[in-house]
Amino acid sequence: MATFKEYIRQVKGQIREVTPDDVARRVQPSNGGGAPVVIDVREKDEYAQGFVPGATWIPRGFLEPKIEEAVPDKNREIVLYCAGGTRSALAAKALGDLGYANVVSMSGGFGKWKELGLPFAMPKILDERQTARYSRHVLIPEVGERGQLKLLDSKVLLIGAGGLGSPAAFYLAAAGVGRLGIVDSDVVDESNLQRQILHRTSGVGMPKTDSARQTLRDLNPSIDIVPFQTRLTKDNALDIVRAFDVVVDGCDNFSTRFLVNDACVFLKKPNVYGSIFRFEGQMTIFVPGEGPCYRCLYPEPTPAELAPSCQDAGCLGVLPGVIGILQATEAIKRLIGAGTSMAGRLLTYDALSLSFREYKIRRDPSCPVCGDSPTITKLVEYEESCATAPPRQ
Amino acid sequence: MSATTTVNVKIPTPLRNFSQGRDLVPANGATVREVIDDLEKSCRGIRERVCEADGKIRSYVRVFVNDEDIRFLKAAETPVKAGDTVTILPAIAGGR
Repeated sequence: MATFKEYIRQVKGQIREVTPDDVARRVQPSNGGGAPVVIDVREKDEYAQGFVPGATWIPRGFLEPKIEEAVPDKNREIVLYCAGGTRSALAAKALGDLGYANVVSMSGGFGKWKELGLPFAMPKILDERQTARYSRHVLIPEVGERGQLKLLDSKVLLIGAGGLGSPAAFYLAAAGVGRLGIVDSDVVDESNLQRQILHRTSGVGMPKTDSARQTLRDLNPSIDIVPFQTRLTKDNALDIVRAFDVVVDGCDNFSTRFLVNDACVFLKKPNVYGSIFRFEGQMTIFVPGEGPCYRCLYPEPTPAELAPSCQDAGCLGVLPGVIGILQATEAIKRLIGAGTSMAGRLLTYDALSLSFREYKIRRDPSCPVCGDSPTITKLVEYEESCATAPPRQ
Repeated sequence: MSATTTVNVKIPTPLRNFSQGRDLVPANGATVREVIDDLEKSCRGIRERVCEADGKIRSYVRVFVNDEDIRFLKAAETPVKAGDTVTILPAIAGGR
């Protein structure tokens, strides 16, 4: 029976080793497609202290189960490294056994790499509290630690902290979206509480942005809430939207919807759209350059006299809950790059029949804002279209 | 004349006061235009809300045959077949 030392010597005789200097030369960006895949097989606490730039981190214990997903091509050159070159040698043998034909181990490991003064990067990883808090995300392969880190690093702007904005904000905050901007000029009214679940009876009379911040802070104190206690206007929209990655539109009037859309088109920001009427809702995501925008669907606002707002139309309290959560779902998918986008599909939901339908929506080459020869090149505001006039009979 | 082609027209919530509250109304016609003309008989006043005076679909209303927007087919002249669903989908803006 061989001792560990003898065993390692045998293994090293069966694999190929390269020096850190070799690896550093090979992974130069100028090497392009010829560069090997570098895999760091150390444990999390070691990886947290720094890693070879560009390396993929797969701890030794997960290497065999994860390698085929990480490197599907068994002829691809792979460089493995650990702290000192022992674990990576064992790992190289294991990958050889799995049929990987071009695997090398970096001699001296990351210790030698640092000693030689070669550049290294510091990883972004979840700390212990974040790992615990977001464990149910981390467990899903489609999110994982990487997806959670993206969420923590993301900035979402909510237009409106009302019926749609409330559930969306709740779940985005719970998911750990690092910064939530909330645009709302309104104060909490008792009649809001039937559906606007961010707000409390004790908050009646308070600005909705303050009320929202209070609730969301209590839910997730580690995220940043940025209140904008203002209406979105043609003068402030670009400045507000610019600082965010994704916009969730939960406003209540056509003028703001067009402002949000046009600002998102101009700034190339995904716009997660939702709107509601009584017991019917619509949602989709408008992604500039990838699909239609809101004006491709509806080029112009509905005339004021034909556009009753929620205020006069009424609204089943739970309806915005469903649509707002679908918006949050789409925003999260977009941020972590998971699943099939709703871009190009309009979802409608009828709460009375509890039925969903999908319609194909397309980019319109004659769209006034994102078409081939746009006629709208700066933000415009429309006359307030939340008319109180009853629909004409 | 293929007035025997019957389709179901899905009436959106904002226009259900024209359909006596019904969400699905059968109508006859070989094209979307004919269907809307026929729909007007049972839902008086609805055509004006969906179409301009010249019969063109209003810019803030979308009409789909099954899941296709008729603007990308033959607009109001888009043919329909028995059993199709024609959906009228006006813009709605509510969010609060």
